[in-house]
Order: sequence, then structure tokens, then C-alpha cells
Amino acid sequence: MRNNYLYILIAFAVIYLIRVLPLTLIRKPIRSRFVRSFLYYVPYVTLAVMTFPAIVQATTAPIAGVAALVVGVVAAYLGGSLLTVAGACCAVVFLLELILV
Amino acid sequence: MANRATTKSPFLEGVRDGVPIALGYFAVAFSLGIAARNAGLTAFQGFFASMLCVASAGEYALFTLIGAGATYLEVALLTLITNARYFLMSCALSQRIDPRMKGIHRYLVGAVVTDEIFGITIARPGYMEPAYNYGAIAVSVPAWAIGTALGILMGNLLPARIVSALSVALYGMFLAIIIPPAKKSVAVALCVVVGFACSWAFGAVDVLAAAISPGTRTILLTVLLSAAAALIFPRKEDETDAQ
Repeated sequence: MRNNYLYILIAFAVIYLIRVLPLTLIRKPIRSRFVRSFLYYVPYVTLAVMTFPAIVQATTAPIAGVAALVVGVVAAYLGGSLLTVAGACCAVVFLLELILV
Repeated sequence: MANRATTKSPFLEGVRDGVPIALGYFAVAFSLGIAARNAGLTAFQGFFASMLCVASAGEYALFTLIGAGATYLEVALLTLITNARYFLMSCALSQRIDPRMKGIHRYLVGAVVTDEIFGITIARPGYMEPAYNYGAIAVSVPAWAIGTALGILMGNLLPARIVSALSVALYGMFLAIIIPPAKKSVAVALCVVVGFACSWAFGAVDVLAAAISPGTRTILLTVLLSAAAALIFPRKEDETDAQ
């Protein structure tokens, strides 16, 4: 019989090391222009990859997810804050699904 | 937690920016809790796992393995794979650390590098301020853990249309992070558009979708596209702290 707490602690140990090792081992600014450029682009690519098509698959009606994507891009382009953009996306999904679902 | 004395506190700014994250986390954690319940976890175990791990795909993998009675080694390996992107994010964060910052913050801030908290941290100009992260963590992590526990306790109590609407909050936040810099930089804009396209293609082409899990897809595309962008659009020395 395996122990759920031990499972959780093992997962935690692995995740903690993944997160903290780069912060504790890399103490100097990185000189390589390639590596610095690479790290600069990493977050934008990761977030883009995780946003689409997941946003379309997250909603009950896929078209509501598409609408949330369009509204989110426009709101962010116009300079909306995190809360504004997130709220606009939620609102458009809620309203559209009142009609569609 | 920190900086209570200052008037314009980065901690409070972190709390403010953490609110939309907390809302999104709550909805996602609730559905994660349903998966945890199916795996046989108690509400407290779900709370405990979410407080420690704070990782959506990582915890989902963990709960699925627990339900399947997997070995501890399998749990360690799959956790490594589903969370490998945090390694890249922490590498990026390490470049934003003030050399004079106390070492303890590296261990504390590092413990909660999530997609969203990383996103709002990197969106701030200049050196990372640990108090800002602690503010965002203080509101979002409890929401994540409580959401997981409630999902285990109450299953499908929240109306489906509320869950559906809340589930896009996270993606809305991602857009708020990636679109403004894409407006200013052609390179970032291309990263976003090509990232969307490749991510869609990997999911839509059956052969690729069957061979590559979503977690691996994220890692693979991030490494390939960021490397391509770095080769085609290398950053100038003085651009390091922009955005």
C-alpha cells in the first residue's frame, strides 16, 4: 500500500528543485547574446503555446472560446490591465453561452 | 509578509495583480479537485498537494498516477517532464535578480514560479522585487489550494456555465502579458503568432497529437521557437531590461 503523502512529497521535491536550481546556481548575468535572447523569448512563446488552442477547448461552446481570444487580444492591445483583459474574456464567454448553450 | 511599512508597496501591487490569477486558479483548481477525488485523495491531501506544488499540469499528472497506483519513480519522472518549463522560466528570472538581494528570496520566490506568476513578474521592468511576488502568492496560492479542496468536497456544485466562463480567465491573463510587448516588437509578435500556429498544428495533426503530450509539446515548441527567434532576432545589450 503506497502512501498519498509520500507521492505528494516526491512530486513537490522534484518541482521545487526544477524551480529553485536555476535561481540558486545562476548567480551571474549571462554573457552569451544567444542565451540572453533565447531566455527573453521563452516566456512569450510558452504563454502563446499554452493559450491557443487551449482557450478554445476550455469553454463549453468552442465559438465562445474563439470570441474570448479575439476580445482578449483586442483588450490587451488597447492596454487593458490583467484584471480587465481576464474579466472581458470571462464576460464574453458567459454572455455568449447564455445564448448558445 | 514583507514591506508593510512602505506606502506604495510592491506587496500590495502583487496582491492587486494576483486577484485575477486567484480567480482563474480557483476555477481551474476546482476541476483539478474533481480529478483528485477520482484518484481517492482526501480534501486535505488535495489542499496539501496544491499548497506545495502549485502546478496545474504537474498536479493533474500526479493525481492520475496516484489513482493508477503508479510507482514513486514514475511520479518523479512524470513530474520532471510536466514541469520542465519552470526550469526555463527560473533561468529567465535569474537574469532579473538584483545581485544585492538577500539569498533567502531565491529559495522562497523560486518555490512558486508558476506560468502566471512568472508572467506578471517578467512583465515588470527592471530587477525582480520579491515583495511583489509574495503579494501575488499570498492571494493566488490559497485560492489554488482551497479550490482543489472544494473540488474534492463538492464535485460538480458550481454551475457549468460559471466554470466555463471562469476557465478563460487564465488565458485572458496570458494575452494581457504577451500582447503589449508584441505590439512594440516584431520579433515578439512573430513568436506569439507562430507559437499559436505551431501549437494548433501539433494538436490538430493526429500523428503529432498522438506522439507528443501537451506538456512535451509546450517544452519542445518553447525551445525550438525561442532558439529560432534568438538566432533571427538577437537582442542588443541594452535591451535586456526592456519589458
